[in-house]
Amino acid sequence: MLKSTFLKAVAATALTFSTWASAQAVDLQFYFPVAVGGTAAETIQELTNEYVAQNPDVNIDAVYAGSYQDTVAKAITASRGGNPPQLSVILSVDMFTLIDEDLIVPFDDYLSGDEDKKWIEGFYPAFMENSQTGGKTYGIPFQRSTPVLYWNKEAFKEAGLDPDVAPETWDEMVDFGKKLTKKDASGNVTQWGVRIPSSGFPYWLFQGLAIQNGAILANADGNKTNFDDPKVVEALQYLVDLSTKDEVMAPGIIEWGATPKAFFEGQTAMMWTSTGNLTNVRNNAPFDFGVAMLPAKETRGAPTGGGNFYLFKGASDEQSKAAVEFVKWITAPEQAAKWTIATGYVAPRAETWDTETMKAYTADFAPALVARDQLEFAKAELSTFQNQRITGLFNDALASAITGQKDPATALKEAQEQADKILAEYR
Amino acid sequence: MRDLKLKRDWIHGWLLLLPALVFLFAFTHIPAVTTLINSFFSTPRGRRSAKFIGLDNYDRMINDPVFWKVLWNNLWFALGTIPASVALAIVMALWVNDKLAGRSFVRMAYFTPTVLPLIAVANIWLFFYTPGFGLFDQITGFLFGWPASNYLGNPETALNAIIVVTVWKEAGFFMIFYLAALQAIPVSLKEAAQIEGAGRWTIFWRITFPLLMPTTLFVCVNAVINSFRLVDHIFILTDGGPDNASALLLFYIYEVAFRFWETAYGATLTVALLALLSLLAIGQFFFFDRKVHYK
Amino acid sequence: MTGSSDLFDRSLNTIAAWALALLWVLPLAYAVWTAFHPAAYEARFELFAPLTLENFAKAWDAAPFARYFLNTFILVTMILAGQFFLCTLAAFAFARFEFPGRNILFALVLLQLLVMPDILMVENYKTMRLLDLVDTIPAIALPYIASGFGIFLLRQTFMTIPKELDEAARIEGASVLGVLWKVYIPLAKPTYLAYGLVSVSHHWNNFLWPLIVTNSVETRPVTVGLSIFSAIDSGIEWSVINAATLMTSGPLLIAFLLFQRQFVQSFMRAGIK
Repeated sequence: MLKSTFLKAVAATALTFSTWASAQAVDLQFYFPVAVGGTAAETIQELTNEYVAQNPDVNIDAVYAGSYQDTVAKAITASRGGNPPQLSVILSVDMFTLIDEDLIVPFDDYLSGDEDKKWIEGFYPAFMENSQTGGKTYGIPFQRSTPVLYWNKEAFKEAGLDPDVAPETWDEMVDFGKKLTKKDASGNVTQWGVRIPSSGFPYWLFQGLAIQNGAILANADGNKTNFDDPKVVEALQYLVDLSTKDEVMAPGIIEWGATPKAFFEGQTAMMWTSTGNLTNVRNNAPFDFGVAMLPAKETRGAPTGGGNFYLFKGASDEQSKAAVEFVKWITAPEQAAKWTIATGYVAPRAETWDTETMKAYTADFAPALVARDQLEFAKAELSTFQNQRITGLFNDALASAITGQKDPATALKEAQEQADKILAEYR
Repeated sequence: MRDLKLKRDWIHGWLLLLPALVFLFAFTHIPAVTTLINSFFSTPRGRRSAKFIGLDNYDRMINDPVFWKVLWNNLWFALGTIPASVALAIVMALWVNDKLAGRSFVRMAYFTPTVLPLIAVANIWLFFYTPGFGLFDQITGFLFGWPASNYLGNPETALNAIIVVTVWKEAGFFMIFYLAALQAIPVSLKEAAQIEGAGRWTIFWRITFPLLMPTTLFVCVNAVINSFRLVDHIFILTDGGPDNASALLLFYIYEVAFRFWETAYGATLTVALLALLSLLAIGQFFFFDRKVHYK
Repeated sequence: MTGSSDLFDRSLNTIAAWALALLWVLPLAYAVWTAFHPAAYEARFELFAPLTLENFAKAWDAAPFARYFLNTFILVTMILAGQFFLCTLAAFAFARFEFPGRNILFALVLLQLLVMPDILMVENYKTMRLLDLVDTIPAIALPYIASGFGIFLLRQTFMTIPKELDEAARIEGASVLGVLWKVYIPLAKPTYLAYGLVSVSHHWNNFLWPLIVTNSVETRPVTVGLSIFSAIDSGIEWSVINAATLMTSGPLLIAFLLFQRQFVQSFMRAGIK
């Protein structure tokens, strides 16, 4: 420890003459997950290095901690072991869990004045829904995404549809899907109309359907779910019907990870998946494709997803202040633009889209704008206390309906009963 | 004099054992006991510390439909993997022990699964099972014109798909044990039987198989343990779904303890797993004890 | 002996053995196929698909595999060394010494065959936190180094060694450890080799416990590093995963190819049968 401080000091003298500042530098540990392929981890590292270079009084140790799941597990276990990071990017939906575990502090303690208030207001409201509770801001949106519809223009042309028009409504999606579903001579389907993956975390895409049908899955306090709302049941019935009645989607649970490949291989003409896939599809689709908002029922709608910055308990005042400064910097327009272009995540602040960098990018690649425009209709991702357990229950209910073991109404009613039992102690 | 030697033996014996016992107790026996103790407490969360709650966790377990589901899954999984992988291992060993064209390739092929990490090959199997463009569907579609099959996304087949991967993983490993055993059987025994006109089947069932019995015991113990331990591939292939159709007990314990953060309930499930393993061990011991003749 | 039916029988067996072998090697073959071809050929098997090494470069860039590989190597070596040391001493005690509590202690050792550390991960995690070892390579290794399986195996081998050899060495003035070192260990070499193979292949591939107990690049073994590719939102890139798999399993695969005869023979001589 002594030795490393000493070495750091020597290095700093040699480089900048600011020995004093460096010897007293604030050390921050920052955990981040990576959930998209490509250069996400590299980009975070680069941005962090850039910040440290500009601010010699701060040292940031950016720790790539695995998937979202791994990152939250590590942050919780490290905190319980008395060694929390000062800052971490964790799923926005884990906010209640982190509060419940008493691990995070709100940003409000380190924000004051009108300028800071304005800064918070600069984030898209749809993203803030998952970041605030009880009047406090616990999360700052960073790697956020939202699902969109991708379609294969060549397949549309072949089916006699206008290749530049995506389905606007639920009914249209079924109609298009019927035209797009192709069978071979022996009656086996060679191309499905649409693909809404349902493995692992089916609740996320399903939530899009629920929102479009005018339902909200959980309240803002995170202690009450509405799984058995008739509108939710109707949405699930629609999803189930896509495979069983309308026969425009493959039956059974559909693998999330194989979905882009299925799209590239022409196994499906439309797919629902995250904007995090934009770069992947752009690089690998062997045909012309389009990106559209999810179709509407009563309204347009989509959930948000992805991760927020959280401030952890146990940091010194200087550390927390430095962490907030870093968060402000990395979410600022130029940095956010770099991040969005590298990963496909939706820039969380409107002003980012006005930068020259983003303008040049979207002029070249218009689909990137779809996600931004959809944010107007987006709602908070399902998030409650004991979030993993509640979404786990809900996922099981969705899977049992999709695989035909239970009808939607029964499955959702049972999930609601179980969720009520778990959440009772939080009301 | 004799007493002295005996005393010295005691001390030597204990001293030699000490280091191993320290580790065994630290990471097996004591944790097993604390797991049992924790199962009578609630999960500490934030500022709320653990409280003694008696049998509440057990009550919850008995009323937890997911617990019963994963328990049945696990029994079915054991039933599906153990006999199949042991039988295949014997057959493989017999083939590879024979003078077979290209024997070393065949032996290498059987052994590859042991070397490849399950977590990585699970991704390959995921592709094999993928409906439509997956390898199995390409093959069955081309040969028989079958429609796409969603092996992993259907509760009826998901667990079986997992079983196939497990058998693939285990059989080659067990083969090595059988191969060693086969090579230790004197050739003269087989020749004597051949002179008496015994066919291959007779030789196998009358001579080889009984002589392999100790190996079978050993392999079976391993297979039983593995059937409660091998869950790596589930993370990739199905994540326990659809609706827990392919979740096993240890996977559920991981989920409860490290995703839901309910460590006390996780401990309760672990106690159930330990009880189950002990029951199986006792059963296996009595079953084989009568059949295996140790030297 | 009817020659023709024997020949028929033999070729039938050969065909069946080969069919099974091809089936068994299929995942490896697929890994090789995708690793050396562009992603577009992940699901298309055309003879003249272009070859590429780009996937290896991508995998290499995506994660510090050299470091993961080193971690796994250190881990496996550490476990093996610890196991050999502890199990040898304990097995020797059980095989050649009379002391009170021997049977009970042996039963407790055998219990570990059943209650593997993986099952007790929740408690073991707490222990590691207590020892301040979370996110270190020893934390991955420690629960495994006193192996019930190893003790049992070595005890069986030691018991087959004639007592006369032991006594002869003692008469020459060798100490207890001297006898162990000069008589028992050399004679048990095949057992060590066989057990070493089982242990290395098991811990090389172990995933769940390292996943839980490691946090950083400096400690993560290859298996946990590989799982990162599978945990991404943007779909699975088989070509890159498989390139990574080949890179990381290559050494073990080659080692087995080179030493397969010795391995099998050591199993035979070790009396694991």
